[in-house]
Amino acid sequence: MMKLLILIVVVLGILAVAQLARVYELTSRLRGKREEDISASDNRFNGRMMWLFLVLYFGFFIWLVVRYKDKMLPVAASEHGVETDWLMDFNWWILIIAFVITNVLLFWFAGKYLYNKDRRAFWQPHNNKLELAWTIVPAAVLAVIVIYGLRTWIQITAPASPDAMVVELYARQFDWTARYPGADGGLGATDVRLINGSNQMGIVTRESISTRLAELDVEISATDSMLAHAILAKTKTAELTDQVGRMRRNKSRIINLRTLMELDIAEKGVASAYMHGADDVVIKEFHLPVRKEVKLLIRSQDVIHSVYLPHLRAQMNAVPGMTTTIKMVPTITTDSMRTIMKDEVFDFILLCNKICGASHYNMQMPLIVTSAPEHEAWMAEAYKKPFQPAPAAPAPPGAPVVPPTDTTLVAPAAVAEANTTH
Amino acid sequence: MGATATAQAVNHSHEVHHHEESFISKYVFSHDHKMISKQFLVTAILMAWVAVIMSVIFRLQLAWPGEGFAFTNFFLGDKWAPGGVLDPNMYLALVTIHGTIMVFFVLTGGLSGTFANLLLPLQLGARDMASGFINMLSYWFFFMSSVIMLASLFVEGGPASSGWTVYPPLSALPKAIPGSGAGMTLWLVSMTLFIASSLMGGLNYVVTIMNLRTKGMKMTRMPLTVWALFLTAVLGILSFPVLLSACLLLLLDRSMGTSFYLSDIYMAGEALDHSGGSPVLFQHLFWFLGHPEVYIVLLPALGITSEIISTNSRKPIFGYRAMIGSILAIGFLSFIVWGHHMFITGMNPFLGSVFVFTTLLIAIPSAVKVFNYITTLWRANIVLTPAMLFSIGLVATFIAGGLTGIILADSALDINVHDTYFVVAHFHIVMGMSAIFGMFAGIYHWFPKMYGKMMNTKLGYAHFWITFFCAFGVFFPMHFIGLAGAPRRYYSYSEFRMFDGVVDLNIIVTAFAIVGALAQVIFTYNFFYSIYRGPKAVQNPWRSNTLEWTTPVAHMHGNWPGPLPVVYRWPYDYSKPGKAEDWVSQITPLEDGEEEH
Repeated sequence: MMKLLILIVVVLGILAVAQLARVYELTSRLRGKREEDISASDNRFNGRMMWLFLVLYFGFFIWLVVRYKDKMLPVAASEHGVETDWLMDFNWWILIIAFVITNVLLFWFAGKYLYNKDRRAFWQPHNNKLELAWTIVPAAVLAVIVIYGLRTWIQITAPASPDAMVVELYARQFDWTARYPGADGGLGATDVRLINGSNQMGIVTRESISTRLAELDVEISATDSMLAHAILAKTKTAELTDQVGRMRRNKSRIINLRTLMELDIAEKGVASAYMHGADDVVIKEFHLPVRKEVKLLIRSQDVIHSVYLPHLRAQMNAVPGMTTTIKMVPTITTDSMRTIMKDEVFDFILLCNKICGASHYNMQMPLIVTSAPEHEAWMAEAYKKPFQPAPAAPAPPGAPVVPPTDTTLVAPAAVAEANTTH
Repeated sequence: MGATATAQAVNHSHEVHHHEESFISKYVFSHDHKMISKQFLVTAILMAWVAVIMSVIFRLQLAWPGEGFAFTNFFLGDKWAPGGVLDPNMYLALVTIHGTIMVFFVLTGGLSGTFANLLLPLQLGARDMASGFINMLSYWFFFMSSVIMLASLFVEGGPASSGWTVYPPLSALPKAIPGSGAGMTLWLVSMTLFIASSLMGGLNYVVTIMNLRTKGMKMTRMPLTVWALFLTAVLGILSFPVLLSACLLLLLDRSMGTSFYLSDIYMAGEALDHSGGSPVLFQHLFWFLGHPEVYIVLLPALGITSEIISTNSRKPIFGYRAMIGSILAIGFLSFIVWGHHMFITGMNPFLGSVFVFTTLLIAIPSAVKVFNYITTLWRANIVLTPAMLFSIGLVATFIAGGLTGIILADSALDINVHDTYFVVAHFHIVMGMSAIFGMFAGIYHWFPKMYGKMMNTKLGYAHFWITFFCAFGVFFPMHFIGLAGAPRRYYSYSEFRMFDGVVDLNIIVTAFAIVGALAQVIFTYNFFYSIYRGPKAVQNPWRSNTLEWTTPVAHMHGNWPGPLPVVYRWPYDYSKPGKAEDWVSQITPLEDGEEEH
């Protein structure tokens, strides 16, 4: 009923406007007034509206600033953030001056020099001095902006110092995972083909390679036997053939990877990136110590995401197939920020800021910044759950390892699911 | 010499053919530039309405997340809006298609297609475009691409949903988002046709400008609209092929198993084959078009505005040559600034610095244009027609959006506002509003030329003022939402507490958006009503100098009944001292001892 009423009101409204316009048009035609003749009163009305607009425009701007000043991002919680905030304010002052001057002139002139048939406009096709002035002045101002901007940019993007703490952030639809290096201080190498239920980042270790190979063997033979024996729809057959082809190619790539790994280990020994993986801490929490330089390594599993830490004024895309990095020094702990914000449940937040799918808007993780000792304590707790607990004796290269039972379950489950689909 | 000969040949052949045209050849497959221009315009208005309704739907969701609206349900049905609550995938689809339609179909096809077709032959003194046939093809490719884009709204999985920039891998993998299935394929097909249309149009415009200027129409006597449309066409010809190749490579990645953009992806339980590609490559290719595209959208609007501001100020445009210089500078620089869209993709920081520098350089010619517009208004004799109001509105939005552009071009500052609502506010004001204001200005100004009728001025005023207030009401607060850190393309901001403080701003924005959308009803009514029932136009209603106003009101093939006009002066002799009238048509010979300007 309400809908119908609204519809009727809208339709009637449109009709009323149309009729008014028609009446106006007919009367002006009767008076012999042509549509293109703008009457002095119309001109004056619009000229005054220009001035009114100018006032309301600036008024709206001031109202927004006053009303929402405290709702903007709070004080920057990182070292470079303080710098960029200053730069931002510096730019704002320049821009607001330009904004006010140009708008005042524009709307003032538009309302002031209204048409008068007894007057001629000032004949002024050009004025080289003026034109030179407003080429040079913006150029000079922009030069200042560029110089200050690039100075800050170069500082922000300079390589992190060698003793910076390294943390990896890993994005996928639609959550974040953090990886902290284990006691050996380095992060292990990763490969997307090793990802499975127990290794969601695809960390490369001898053990994870053999686990994944064994798993693939089971999956391949299960799919093969299904293709050979089950009666399947044509599309299903094509799909499974594709899938098993992919599995075979993945398998041969993993075998290549194993060769590379062994060569690298033979050459570098324990310094090899392939030796660092087992003690990495993979965790769905994001903790950083205050006042310590941190280098974030950012990767993605599927589509482009973006690490956005608005309170720390930091952002970097997470791109599948490559590792991007940013460095920063958090300067305010979560606790201090809670005091500053007078908000006892405030948390720094890590947001995804590159469209990544249906739940993009909820791909977030709180960031906890703590004092160094608190962070040590948290890390010590986290170290108790490394990616792979150290085996009693290192397995010889290439030796078949009996995969943990929970991962082998994946294959039969997949087969069971495929069987029930038809 | 060649130009004159061609013009005479066209003139001659015109006199030979005087047969009645059939409905099909006059209104459907017309070769006449004026009819093609009207076809572009009407198609663009219809497409714009689709995009406007989409924006109202997602603005409702953003103001009142998770609430059901009969309006939403009416347009999207129970599949995409059960109970009137917008589906998150559909939200992204709407955002994507809204952007695609507005940028390409309204502000590129609609703006250039309408005004280049209408104005180039008329303002240059030509019988028609260089190739009427290719011109017709250009429109029908545009039409087909519009139809396919609209058709993509109805496929299983919904239309393309990866943002109008369609970054892979999201746009390449249907498993990542349902819109990347058939919807994305249609998007790519539609864009391919669109690019073909745009290239055919662009080549035609350039050839026409180079070859079909009438006697006396030197390059330095061309109206600024023609200059702007000229550079627009050049930009389009040089940059759209790059988007075409980007789209084709994406099509290969999607369907043929290549790996131009894809590498090391794990999705839906398995590692994909793709290896060695880079999603960043797509971004480079996309923005190599994407940034010139901003100026493809903006330059025609600025050209139109230059013409209208000068005419209605009854004063020559200030610094004609500086205006041409700034158009050329903007055109050139627009090709070397694309990287400012990619500061946080992990691009080499030094390369980032170079893009900061080139991007801020482009602010100089833009500033020159603004100052020249303002100076044109100084001590002018201003007639505030609806077209003039929209032109002044354009200068205002160009100022507001141009200034925030300086923040975004500064890589260090971009880090924290990149992909937030600050960006949305910036480009909607500087590109969306400026270009659409230019388009409205052009429609109000040249409507008498297009249809031989006048649009209603009072309705024009109402349309302008409501639109103008709403434009700032919508996009000004968005800067603040962005400075509060709110990312764009979020379905809802209520999943966590961070944006609670700016929730009411979203409601303000939506309220203005709805009123602004309704104001377009006034325009649409005025437009279509005036075509049929508007008062008859006189030949030169705005007392303008340019050649299009020397043609008869009723359209005819070949534009001028007799020989082509001869041009003796630049187009901006308004209020020239020593003249009886405050305008002097370009076809009036110089008096003895009269300086050209």
